[in-house]
Amino acid sequence: MHTDLPPTGHPLADTVARFAWLIPVLPLLGFLANGFLSLHAAATPGPADPSAGGNHHGDHGGHAAAHHDHGHEDGHHAERHPAAGFVSLIGPGVLLAAFGLTIAVFFAMRGAGEGMHAPFVMTLFQWMPTGSLSLDVAFQLDQLSMVMMLIITGIGTLIHLFSVGYMQDDPGYPRFFAYLNLFVFFMLILVMGASYPLMFVGWEGVGLCSYLLIGFWFSEQANADAGKKAFIMNRIGDFGMLVAMFLLFANLGTLSYEGVRAGAAELVFGGALVTAICLFLFLGATGKSAQIPLFVWLPDAMAGPTPVSALIHAATMVTAGVYMIARSATLFSLAPVAQLTVAVVGVLTAVFAATIGLKQWDIKKVLAYSTVSQLGYMFVGVGVGAYTAGVFHLMTHAFFKALLFLGSGSVIYAMHCAYHATHNYADAQDMRNMGGLKAFMPVTATLMWIATLAIAGIPPLSGFVSKDEILAAVFARTHHSTLAEATWLGIPGSVVLYGIYALGLAAALMTAVYMTRMMLYTFHGPNRTGEAERPHLAEAPWIMTGPLVVLGILSAVGGFVNLPKLFGGGMAEILHHWLEPVVGEATLQVTLGETPHLSHATEYALIGTAVAIAVIGIALAWTRCKPAALVPAAEAPAEVGLEKTLANKWYVDEAYDRAVVQPTLGVSRTVLWKGLDTGVIDGLFVNGSAYLMRGLGWVGSQLQTGRVGTYAWVLVLGAVAILSAFSFR
Amino acid sequence: MLAESLLLSAVLFTIGVVGVLTRRNAIILFMCVELMLNAVNLTFVALSTLYGATGQVFVIMVMTVAAAEAAVGLAIIISIFRHRQTVHLDDINLLKG
Repeated sequence: MHTDLPPTGHPLADTVARFAWLIPVLPLLGFLANGFLSLHAAATPGPADPSAGGNHHGDHGGHAAAHHDHGHEDGHHAERHPAAGFVSLIGPGVLLAAFGLTIAVFFAMRGAGEGMHAPFVMTLFQWMPTGSLSLDVAFQLDQLSMVMMLIITGIGTLIHLFSVGYMQDDPGYPRFFAYLNLFVFFMLILVMGASYPLMFVGWEGVGLCSYLLIGFWFSEQANADAGKKAFIMNRIGDFGMLVAMFLLFANLGTLSYEGVRAGAAELVFGGALVTAICLFLFLGATGKSAQIPLFVWLPDAMAGPTPVSALIHAATMVTAGVYMIARSATLFSLAPVAQLTVAVVGVLTAVFAATIGLKQWDIKKVLAYSTVSQLGYMFVGVGVGAYTAGVFHLMTHAFFKALLFLGSGSVIYAMHCAYHATHNYADAQDMRNMGGLKAFMPVTATLMWIATLAIAGIPPLSGFVSKDEILAAVFARTHHSTLAEATWLGIPGSVVLYGIYALGLAAALMTAVYMTRMMLYTFHGPNRTGEAERPHLAEAPWIMTGPLVVLGILSAVGGFVNLPKLFGGGMAEILHHWLEPVVGEATLQVTLGETPHLSHATEYALIGTAVAIAVIGIALAWTRCKPAALVPAAEAPAEVGLEKTLANKWYVDEAYDRAVVQPTLGVSRTVLWKGLDTGVIDGLFVNGSAYLMRGLGWVGSQLQTGRVGTYAWVLVLGAVAILSAFSFR
Repeated sequence: MLAESLLLSAVLFTIGVVGVLTRRNAIILFMCVELMLNAVNLTFVALSTLYGATGQVFVIMVMTVAAAEAAVGLAIIISIFRHRQTVHLDDINLLKG
């Protein structure tokens, strides 16, 4: 790697992009400041953090968000953190500054125009110069990292602002913002790093922050467990990531993106090596992005505060896997089998998670499974080599899913305030306890409907455009592409692709159904919250609804950045052209050097099918889900049959528990603990060495008889031995 | 003549060593030590025919030290006998751990 700083000659070298390193540093400074305030406050008397301050009323909802809101309305506002005002300034402030700088860099990059065919790599300092491996801490600014940076800082700013309202009465307020800032820092490292190891640093860092934020209210066992579950499942994926990196280094001798891109030319198309690298990379992605088989941590991650779910577990962190595959497009395009695996796993996850989403009652669980499902869609996109489509869906999904999560946060906040005012301990997240909230919070209801229609795929909202692009890309690749010509587990690639397309439509149908069901049960029909609670239901303050409005606008018009050629005219495929320098070549390789071409009739048919599916789904939910027939959660009858299986998430958690967790625990307990640790380590090594020394000591002590005669004997024998040794030498 | 002298010296020395190792009476032990000393003296004297008079000087030294040693040693033994009515070494074990 080169170490000159900054690289000269690049069109960005003399622009504001020189200061791009400040973008991740700003949140880091925010983390340090907020972290200091958090620790400082913990050291002084008062409403210290961490405290179980909000829990003295007892546990009522298991993992109801805004837990710590307990207590603040019956008089003692003292729980608000003393440094809250300052933190509210720093936390979102650094994000806003980073977002502003990102925008400036974006315009600089746009201004560079044609000059941006090569990425702008800025080397900050040498990291590990060891032998043949020389790694620098270097940031890579190109069109792909730009899109990610805009999403992270932009959506991040909105969610930080929302958190100011949502978390204001939490005693851990500075700690929350410290973690949130740290998360943004690591996420930016992940997308800005110019090499796989630096991406891995960010990858691990966001995992840490995810763990810390899922278990933010750690005084409750379930939350702490959910954090651990996420952390441990991610380790499995990280193993894949590491192996992929080892393979890359062993065979290409470099780990920087540009090095790998150049070295990929030496790899054999469809060879075992590149396929293995891609599959291991994808294993990493399944962990981080919650795909089969490592998806079960994401729904549990909803134990964290709702803004965390929106930022980390919907908009940014979980999409890191999609980013990573788009980043490794050059490699994936060389391995059709790995690509088909990605797409198949993606679509299976999409369908599987969608079925579970159909029967969840917890509003955040519905959204969590929806996220898993939509992530599956993104993997279908990047899997079939439509990298732009995958990244596009990543972007629109960040808009509408962040909106849905924040909206649900707003609903939970309102429910919580109402229950709190009446000291009711019912579950504030159970949709059976909601209903008719449209009348009480019209802004939230309207905005969430926009997001729902977007995710369901109603034109011209953002979700429709991106989802349609993915499905069209799958369809277009069923013939005349490397994928169609490959075979996957003995099945011809084109057949697999048709199957993916069909399952994708099925997932789209279910998406429309469960989202409409969620909206109906939450906002429509009669209110089931309770007579006493009803007067307390109200819209959240403007600091929370404001970000919702912005996200609502983005969800509605976000699709316009990549309209299909069919409608767009001069405005068509902006994102596609934007990302072309990064993934264009790889995309063309999949489609055998030609831009996939579908006739207009086919395209209209595909769009018509997608829209019809969405409308049918919404209509189905509208006719089948009767909010009026629902009863509050406490009085609800138990589910039976398939419904019960779905409500229990296909018993995947239980199956994993039987198949993996219990055997691991059993082996740990009997073999590792009782056998290895207690037996070998403690018994043989620790106590054994003590026994050995005692034995040797006993032998030694036998020599010390205290009899001069013995000593004389030994002396003489020794003398004789030495003499004879000299004599017979 | 040299060989015979050295042989006699070796025999005397061995007798002394064996005596020290096997006997338990302090007086006999003492005499065996003297025997060893004198065996060494004999070697010195015998070898002085080859290497000059230095060995003979050593013999005088050894005899002087041996006389002093005999005086001190016998005094200690007498003192022990007065104290414990025995000069058997196995019984003199007060300092044994």
